[in-house]
Amino acid sequence: MVRCIPSDQAFEAVHDAVCDGATVMVGGFGLVGQPLGLVAALGRSGRTGLTIISNNIGEPGRGLGALLRAGQLKRAVGSFFTSNPEVAQAYERDELEVTLLPQGTLSEAIRCGGAGIPAFYTPAGVGTLLAEGRPVAHFDGRDYLLERALRADVALVRAHRADRHGNLTYRKTARNFNPLMASAATHVIAEVDEIVDEFADPDVIVTPHLYVDEVVLAERMPTGTEGGSIDGR
Amino acid sequence: MGADRNWIAARAAAELRDGDVVNLGIGIPTLIPDLVAGRNVVFQSENGMLGFGPRPTPATYDADIIDAGKQPVLERAGAAYFDSASSFGMIRGGHVDVAVIGALQVDGHGRVANWAVPGKPVLGVGGAMDLLAGARRVVVAMTHTTRDRRPKLVDTASLPLTSLRPVDLIITDLAVFAVDGDGLRLVELAPGASTEEVHAHTTAPLRVDVEAR
Repeated sequence: MVRCIPSDQAFEAVHDAVCDGATVMVGGFGLVGQPLGLVAALGRSGRTGLTIISNNIGEPGRGLGALLRAGQLKRAVGSFFTSNPEVAQAYERDELEVTLLPQGTLSEAIRCGGAGIPAFYTPAGVGTLLAEGRPVAHFDGRDYLLERALRADVALVRAHRADRHGNLTYRKTARNFNPLMASAATHVIAEVDEIVDEFADPDVIVTPHLYVDEVVLAERMPTGTEGGSIDGR
Repeated sequence: MGADRNWIAARAAAELRDGDVVNLGIGIPTLIPDLVAGRNVVFQSENGMLGFGPRPTPATYDADIIDAGKQPVLERAGAAYFDSASSFGMIRGGHVDVAVIGALQVDGHGRVANWAVPGKPVLGVGGAMDLLAGARRVVVAMTHTTRDRRPKLVDTASLPLTSLRPVDLIITDLAVFAVDGDGLRLVELAPGASTEEVHAHTTAPLRVDVEAR
């Protein structure tokens, strides 16, 4: 059963789940769908040597960019780091390792990581700089690159609504990488806009509860309810 | 002198047919949704949306609806949302009819370089490689030269290629080029442009269609 946590205890949840040197997936496309409260908690946790798997590393000093600035990141795996110039600076000073993947390869690698598939073939990137060191196979007259799946120790994801089982639904383009990451980590913490007492419609659930360990209410509430566990309502 | 960015976007929009599913890159392609309002063209965004429209007004703005350039867009009736792996499944799986993309360079075979910026470490690729691998038709919409007037249609790209797959059509402020097995073919001049001007600003080998002269 999922554990529901009030927003003022997000720090303890993240601090307990993430060790120094851990690999952490963080959802979001830019800041949309990024669990900003959990990322702030990860920053305050002071954990270092982190490998972050995320499409971007925030913006300068914002979101994951704040962790980069604080020297907590060892390695970044993603598809588009150009939006934060501090990533390039840290990379050039050898303070950050970067693994760049085509965005479709990144998302499929996470999906496979959650689905028990250790590697897959993709046509994206064949013959380019990003193909270096990757085995190529020929199927039906075309070349494909072998890519490894990705998994993490912890995933920090953002959803719109959780029911009291921890079933998650998302809102519009804030879904992006979140459901994939929720499937591909040993421990999953979801930040949500609201936790509802009634069960979600089983036909609309995107992330079934078995993937989710903890649900944290986001700090900014849409309407007058206070943060709290479902049971405490 | 040639045409402007709006002409490039409008010429690219004219390539889209009713019912097409279309993915737009950043830059000039983002001007296209405003130009096809009222037509049945369905825009797909790799961050997980099918069916977006033009930019919102402050009254219709929703912070959770952005395109792949991280700019706010409107949700059209019949829109759908999905995760990033499903989105790239659509793209690589051949379900996107047309990709309209920008480019830094296009070589004499019609191959695009549009992900590595000169003089900087290569730290961003996004969905460009997946789109070139999977979109059924790829149209490049770009200015003919760089800001300092250097050719972007070049014999051999000095920047790293995004894919070995040639694009289908290239639209610039000077002309429109079709790509076939023998390379680039000038098929149409932009308003105010001449064949001489195109040649003067192009280092890729060109064949010129009689109708375009």
